[in-house]
Parts: sequence; structure tokens; C-alpha cells
Amino acid sequence: MSDEQAGTVLRAPAEEAFAEELAALERVDDRVRPGSWRLSPWAVATYLLGGTLADGTVVTPKYVGPRRLVEVAVATLATDRALLLLGVPGTAKTWVSEHLAAAISGDSTLLVQGTAGTGEEAVRYGWNYARLLAEGPSRAALVPSPVLRAMAAGQLVRVEELTRIPPDVQDALITVLSEKALPIPELGGQTQAVRGFNLIATANDRDRGVNELSSALRRRFTTVVLPLPATLDQEVEIVARRVGQLGRALELPELPGGAQEIRRVVTVFRELREGVTADGRTKVRTPTGTLSTAEAISVVTHGLALAAHFGDGVLRARDLAAGVLGAVVRDQVADRAVWREYREGVLRERADWRDFYRAACEFD
Amino acid sequence: MNEGEREAEMTGEVTLLGVRHHGPGSARAVAAALTALRPDAVLIEGPPEADELLALAGRADLVPPVALLAHPVGEPARALSWPFAAFSPEWVAIRHALAQGVPVRFVDLPAAARFALAEEPAGSDERAGQAEPDPIAVLAAAAGQPDPEAWWEDVVEHRLPDRDPLAPFEAIAEAMAELRADDPVGTPGSPGVHPGTGAGVGAARPGPGPAGTRPGFGELREAYMRLQIRAARRAGHRRIAVVCGAWHVPALAAPRAAGADRLLLAALPKRPRTEVSWVPWSHGRLALRSGYGAGIESPGWYQHLFDSADRGPAALARWFARAAELLRGADHPVSAAQVIEAVRLAETLAALRGRPVAGLAETLDAARAVLCEGSEIALALVREQLVVGEVLGQVPADAPAVPLQHDLTRLQRTLRLRPEPTGRELVLDLRKELDAARSLLLHRLRLLELDWGRPVAGRGSGTFKEVWQLCWDPGLAVAVVTAGQWGSTVEAAAAGRLAQLAGQAATPAELARLAEQCLLADLPAALPAVLAALADRAALGSDTAALADALPALVRALRYGDVRGTDRGALEQVARGLAERVRIGLGAACTGLSGAGAAAMRDRLEAVHRAVALLESGAGSRLDDRSASDTASGSPADRWAAALAGLADREPTGGPATGVPGLLRGRAVRLLLDDGRLTFGQARRRLGLALSGAGEPADAASWIEGFLAGGGALLLHDAQLLGLLDDWLLAVPEQEFTALLPLLRRAFAELEAGVRRGIGARIAAGHPAAAGGGPQAEPPLDQQRADAALPTVRLLLGLPGGTPAPSPPARIPRQSDRRAA
Repeated sequence: MSDEQAGTVLRAPAEEAFAEELAALERVDDRVRPGSWRLSPWAVATYLLGGTLADGTVVTPKYVGPRRLVEVAVATLATDRALLLLGVPGTAKTWVSEHLAAAISGDSTLLVQGTAGTGEEAVRYGWNYARLLAEGPSRAALVPSPVLRAMAAGQLVRVEELTRIPPDVQDALITVLSEKALPIPELGGQTQAVRGFNLIATANDRDRGVNELSSALRRRFTTVVLPLPATLDQEVEIVARRVGQLGRALELPELPGGAQEIRRVVTVFRELREGVTADGRTKVRTPTGTLSTAEAISVVTHGLALAAHFGDGVLRARDLAAGVLGAVVRDQVADRAVWREYREGVLRERADWRDFYRAACEFD
Repeated sequence: MNEGEREAEMTGEVTLLGVRHHGPGSARAVAAALTALRPDAVLIEGPPEADELLALAGRADLVPPVALLAHPVGEPARALSWPFAAFSPEWVAIRHALAQGVPVRFVDLPAAARFALAEEPAGSDERAGQAEPDPIAVLAAAAGQPDPEAWWEDVVEHRLPDRDPLAPFEAIAEAMAELRADDPVGTPGSPGVHPGTGAGVGAARPGPGPAGTRPGFGELREAYMRLQIRAARRAGHRRIAVVCGAWHVPALAAPRAAGADRLLLAALPKRPRTEVSWVPWSHGRLALRSGYGAGIESPGWYQHLFDSADRGPAALARWFARAAELLRGADHPVSAAQVIEAVRLAETLAALRGRPVAGLAETLDAARAVLCEGSEIALALVREQLVVGEVLGQVPADAPAVPLQHDLTRLQRTLRLRPEPTGRELVLDLRKELDAARSLLLHRLRLLELDWGRPVAGRGSGTFKEVWQLCWDPGLAVAVVTAGQWGSTVEAAAAGRLAQLAGQAATPAELARLAEQCLLADLPAALPAVLAALADRAALGSDTAALADALPALVRALRYGDVRGTDRGALEQVARGLAERVRIGLGAACTGLSGAGAAAMRDRLEAVHRAVALLESGAGSRLDDRSASDTASGSPADRWAAALAGLADREPTGGPATGVPGLLRGRAVRLLLDDGRLTFGQARRRLGLALSGAGEPADAASWIEGFLAGGGALLLHDAQLLGLLDDWLLAVPEQEFTALLPLLRRAFAELEAGVRRGIGARIAAGHPAAAGGGPQAEPPLDQQRADAALPTVRLLLGLPGGTPAPSPPARIPRQSDRRAA
């Protein structure tokens, strides 16, 4: 951050990108602020949801979704309870957590990126071994984790992809969340959290290969489930925009037929995910896969690549069918039956989906 | 008439307690106000016809939620209801007055007047003024709160009675007066003239009649209430408490000449005679908008507010503790620490949203985020149990008859079916109008669990004949009261009950039976709900056996039912969808079954097979266009046959979850053979394969059982089949044979005696296949005797007698055909 040249960074953290809005909010905000919060809970909610301030400053909405969810999230952090943002990929979990940290602490960079290889030193502390050997255990030889730094400074720390962290490392957070203190036995002491410290975790509980949170840890979080896009049009728009960006990045040519096929893929995904057809008349069984917006994006991108390199240059149903099938059928027995029921019961009935139905039969 | 003198005579002091119907805060405030006022008369907004019934409200066996149901004599279908919950201000006022021995009366416009107004052509659109103005929405909007419920909760419901118990009512009266400031109702001398009021109040209020000449419904009610209050004062009461909707307070407080009110009411049309009764109500039904024109969606929450003596964290904690207990009972662990955190979160949320205390929205948000850990499924349980909290009221059995009883009595009279305690048998011929109507009534009553008549099974063979055993148990009178909760006529109640049963039904088969009952009881209105539930259950259920159980009843309903136009289409669509799902799931459902499971599945296989055939013939498409090879197209019967063929081709059971039992494979082959979809040659090949030495003898024996279950006559007609069977039996090793004997005995025991004898004779005569084999081994046809039968056959088939009919293809009768014959 500090060692990077201004203007060359690809993406500035939220508190820098929206510095003006935050400053304006801080100016007009006359409500009670919890200890060491930069803004009051009301102002934080306004920052996320957007609005026009008393002095005429327009705050852009950062999160488009139910107001209720943002209010619960902010209120949770105000009660010094940790917040767990849960949802399938592509529901703006990371985005929301970054903006919450920026608005509350003015710093969204205290971050633990969860992976299967995340070790305990990433959530507790590590050692500067040169100093440790030379001077013995001391504060100076300690390398604090973002969590420890946030505790000392009274700031928010973010843990991304909490469920990808191995369970034993996850459980290191229990003490931090319940005692608000981190013991350092090597120094015979502990670091206690300063007012304003709190933790926002994001997690994905439907993906494969994640570590279920222990119930002890789960209990210490307040859970906010971020929903998938509310309407078909919203989701189509998100998919179309992301596919466009990816397509340019992968240098795929723009193909005709895209808009219609994207709508159909998103419709199939939404219907199977929600267990009911778009017209709300027929229920369908849901497969085991998540069928997230992110998967719809990858199915369409894959279809574009197929159409561009092996097809006739037009995105057609047959370019997408294999991808859709792969996304839906995760469990070979159960999901296949679900897919066939859906294909026979729903797709077959749609007159203008003939090509899609035929392509789906072909690949099954 | 000297009005001034009159007014001076009346010294009684009137206190108007404006409430929100079903508002727990209002109820608490009313209780406090009445205790402080100690009135000597209590007047309540409600139908005065029910005054006589008010005494019953003091009894311990009248348990809310209950409702007053009023209907014109002989027309229970037009009933209006005034529901009361324990937390209704009106109920609190009634109970208070009865406990204190103070006269209590209803003072609203009589229900009869509402019925009369509804009959008028111009008044019909108003539905006798069921739309009540929503002053709360207007006030909330003025206060900048988009959610009127939340606003009222904050300002009124959540507040505890202040030191001065009358203060809240004064505040409400003031606010309402402000709201109705530009409203001429209640202003003397301008009856029924409305200037164009703005949106909000004006839009919600029942407007004046055409051209402003007729008084609005609200005006009539208020005029009537004013007159009643005057009457109470004239009767000498000193302290009169009036409990009415907050909206009416300014109009009732306005000084207005009695003459003008009387004039207004004089124009009322003639009123029909009306009957009123108490009926048990439920929390769920409080949401309905009727007499009071106010519905509430969260009775359980209101009950909690009403029961809580304080509004602080303790009340919240109690609610969350109940939620936690509920969740723990449903295997969702919740710790005490989480309850504490939920209370804190709810309070913080309330502060963030600028509300004085946590309301329902905050409480639910906190419960979702903390107790339920984000799970909507867990929250649904909380909603169902604590927010709605289904409770059923009770009404004493000796309370005046409910409308349903009236309707039943009327039907009993017109259908000439007297309720008699001694049992008798009733034979109905459904082709007669009277008998058909009787059958309908008895079927509907059975749906309502009023088992006056029980169908006697096995009597009479035609579908037009029904036999019932009638016996009127006096206890049924109580059941009629209970059934009153579902509707005020037999038809409406049966339909309501059916919809409820459809919601509770656990299996598709139950739903299919309900669909059938819809037709028997002629309740087409209830059918769509049942079918929708069935389609949903079928779509979500993965148990093919359960779906297979549902199909036959549904197809029966489709075939014999006199469903009208659109209904038939919906029924058929659901049946076809069901058949399709059974077909897709057939292979998996027949895999890895135990002996008993296979036997049960065989019955289902047969039932579905018959049902699919009926479905086919019902749809009118012919069997001729066969293209069974393509499973994606073709008629349901073709697709079903393809699925059966697939089943027949499966491997035998070689262990758990690996194969299809011989019983089912054999049965599938036989069903296909009987339908003419397999030739005898193909069937012979299959039998040979099943009986070949590579297979397990036990599997082969059960294959035979399945194959022969459709009747054994084909063994007499096709000597090669018998030969194959004979060869196999001789080749079975002795030890195996002993083990197989019970299986074989069972297979052959099911055959008809004549067939068994015939087979025995064939075998005794020598080796069947060796004696030439094939169908030609049969004795030559006696042409003369065959010709003699032809005219009769022609007659039966409806063929013209002159031309010699082509002899019908040889078809071996099935056992099922014989049973039906």
C-alpha cells in the first residue's frame, strides 16, 4: 500500500476509493458512535445502502439487496459480536465485509485470507526467528497476525473464506471471540482486545471441500446469509457483464446469440436452485450442486469458447448444454434423475426451447 | 322537540376508548382504563344481535379465539364474523364488564342492516362496508414510518399503561380528530356530502353512494352508535365506557342532533332476520378480514405482548428463551449465551432503526441471525409456532346453533333424511336426482368427520349404486360445532376441510384419495388446491413407490369423475406428470428389494399398469401409432411399456442394490405379453433365459411366480412354454428343489383350478415339447361349433350381422378381467 506508487495500483482499498463519501458522512453524523468507531451504526448503514445526506452529498449504494440484512450486520458489529457472512459464490460477501471494515474502522486491510494451508500463525502470531534466536522470546521477536494487530488497535479484522481454513486453526479463533484476549504463553502474558475490535468472516457453506465450522465457533458468530440476486433480470445482467469482462480478458470474440442463451442458462439455474419454475406453477426437485451465479458465468464463458473455436461463430444451445449438464449433475445418480425430470417435465414443454431440449437430450 | 332540554336531562358521562381491533396494547390500555373508570355500562362496537350471547362470554368453557358469526336466516353462506382473541380490546372489555356485573352491549349497526345494504345493487360493491379506513397507515405516513404496523406497535401497542390510564386514549382521539378534520362525517347538517378527499383516508373509506345522495356506510354505523350511546345515557347510566375502533372516536364525540341521525337511519332498507352464534376460531383465521375489517398476521406475537407485563429486555428474553426451547426440541442446539446475544442484537437493531423497543421485525431478524444461525428453515418453525402460534378456541356445546347446523338441518329436510339414532341402511341410486344429492351430503359430512352415514362396502355392483349405514349419534351435534370452524355451510365447510387436509397430507397417495373425494363430494372448488399440493409433493418426493400408490386413485378419479371442463385438464395433467415420474423412477425403485418389498412392488406395478392403460384410453389417443423405441416421444402407454421392457432386461438380484427381483422381471414380461407388445416367441426366449442354468433357481422360481400371476391359461395354449418349464424343473438339483418347493407351490396355487388340472393332465400325458410342441399341438378347431358362436360374438362386439366378421385376435383372458367380470 504505502510502498506502491499512487495511480499504478489496480484497485484501491475501499477507504481510499470512497474517502470523500466517508469524510462527508463523518461530518454530518451526529449520532452516538460505539467505542472507536469512525461512524455511527446509522451512518455505516447509509454508507453501504446509499442515500443523500443533509449537506447534499450523494452516497452511492455499495450493496444492492435487502436493507434488513445490512442493518443486522451493522447492529451485530455494534454489539461486539463477530459477524459471519454466509452465501454461495457471487453474493458480494467479500465486498460487503470490506466496506463494513472501511466504514467502521477506516481500514479494510487487516485481512486473513483463508486457504487449506492457512496456519495458526495467520490467526495468532508468528516469530521472527532471527530475533527469537538472538534475543530469546520477547515482544520484539513476535510477528503479530492481522487478528492480533486489530485487537491491539481496536479495529476490524476480516477473515476471508473461513470454511477453507483447517478446523484446528479455525478453533484458535474461539478464545479470541469469547474472551476478547489472545494468550501468549511464551511471553507469559496475553494481548487484550481494545474497544472497537471485532471480526468479520465470510464463508461458503455449500461448496465441496470446505471444513464445516465447529458448533462452538458457529455459536460465537451472528450469521447473515447474503441471498442470490433477487430477480432473473438482475442475475442475467450480472452474468452478462461478467462474461463480457472475462471474454475480453480471454480475448474471445463477441458472438451473436449471447443475450438469449445467457437468459436461458440463468433461467435453468434459477429454476433448479429455487425448486420452482419461473412462472411459479410447477415445482421441481433441486440438485445437490450450488448452481451459483459464478457457475452460470463459467458455463457461459465455456460455451463462448466452444462456439468461437469449434462452432459456427454463433453461441448456440449445444455449446452450453454440456456445461449446464456438468453444473447440474454433481451426484451421478440423484442429480441425473433430477435433471431428467426437469428436462422432460419443464424443458420439453417450452415451445421456443426446442433446440435447447434437443441439445440437452443429446448430451445426456 | 327541544333538544337542549333533552341533553340537559342526560347527565351520564361518556368515555370513548378508541382501540385498534386485536391490538394487545389497546387491550391492556382498555383494561387499565376500565379499572380506573369503574363504568356502570360498557358499550362495544359489535353486532347488537349478539347481545343475548354476551353472557356466554363469561363462561369458562368459552375459550378464545372465538368469533361471533351472523348470517341471514336460511343463508349461512353470507355469514359475517367478528373474531375475538384473548388479546382483543373488545374481549377484554366484555370480560371486565361481566366480571364486574356491569351491563354490556354491542352498539354497532346491526348485522342485519349490513346484509340488507349488501343486497342493494349500489351497495353490493361495498360488501356492506367491509373495507374499514386504515387511519393507522395515514398516521404512520405522517410520522414518516413506511410500515404502519411497526409504527402503531411503537407508539401504542408497546407502551404500558401510563400513570393516567386515560391519557393514551385522549392522544388517540386527538390524532384521529386531526385526521378526520376535513371529513364532514359527524358534522351536523351535512349528511353524506363528501368533498373529494385526498388519497389515503378517502381512498380507504367506503365512499358515498351514487351522486352523493346516499349516506356512506361508515356514516350509518356512526349514526347508529351515537343513538345507542344516547339511549344508554337516557337509561340513566352515569359512567359509560365505549370501546370502538379508534377511527370512530371523533364522530362519536361530535355533538349531533339525534333527529339527523334518525333521519339517516330511516332510509335503511328492510332488514332480513338474522341469526348469531359463537363459533370456535383459530389464530390462523384471525388474519381474515371480516366484521371488524381488520386482520392480523402475527397473533402469537400479540399474545406474547399481551401476556408480558413489561416491555424491557426481560420480555424479549422470555420470547427468545421460548424460541430457543422450540429449536432445541427440533434438534437445533441453542445455547443460553446465544439467547443473551439475541436480546442484545434485537435491542441494538431497534436503536439503529430508531424504534423505542424491539418489535416483531427486530426480534425475527435477531432470531434468524443468532438463534437460527442464518437458517430460514429453522426460522420457519419459530414463525409458525411463536409468531402465528396456532390456537383453537372452544365454544360450549349448549351455545346456540351454528350456521353449519342450520344448513345441515335445511338439507336434511329437503333431502328427506331424518337424523335417527337407530341405525338403518340406505340404498341410493345415483341416477336419481334426490339420491345423488343425498350421496353428496353424506360424502361431504364424512369429510367433516361427521360420520352420520358410513358407506357399506361390497354391496351392489354397479357404480350407480351406493349403500350407506345411517346412524345419528347425538354426539355429532358437538362435531357440527367443531366443523363450524371450516365454513358456515356443509359445502363450504367440506371444501375448507379438504383444503386443510391437503395441506397436512403426508403422502401423495393421501392427496390422490383427497382428489377422488373432491369428485365424490362434488367440490370442484377445492380440487385445484389438492392437485397443486399433489403436483408439488410429486415433484419433490423421491419415493417412486409413494407416487405409484397415488396414481391409481387419481386415474380412477379422472375416469369416473364428472369433472368439469378445466378441472379435467388439470387432473389429467397431474396424472400424466405422475405417470412420467413413476416411469423415470421405476428402475431404481425396483432395485435391491427384499422378498416382501418385491411382492408389494408387484402390486404397485400392476396397479400402475392398469392406471396407465386407463389414462391412455381416457385421453383418446389410440394405441395404433406405436413407436415405443423412442422413449422421448410416444404416448404414456408406449413410454410405460418401454420402461417395463427395460425392467425385464435387468440383471437378476445378485446381492443388495444390484438387481431386480425375478418376481418383477417375470411380471413385466407377462404384462407386455398380455398387451401384445411381446410375441409368444419373445416371451419363450425370456422364459428360457430366466430358467437357464446360469441363474439362481430361487430367482427363476420367483420369475415364474411373477410371470404366472396374470393367469396360467397360456401354459395350456403354448405347449413350448410348458415344455421349457418342465425341462427346467426336471433339471433342478434335488436339494435345490426342496428349497424351491414353497415358491413353486405359491406360484401355481394362484392359478385357476381348471388351469391347474389341465396342466396336470398335459404333463401326465407325456413330455409336452416332445409331443410336437408349439400351438399346432392343440386339437384341430371344430369349425361348426365355432361358427355357431359367431353371431353372439358379433352381437357383443356390435358388428353388423351380415358381413362375416374377421375373427378377433386370439387373446388369453387375464385373471384381472375375470375378476372384473
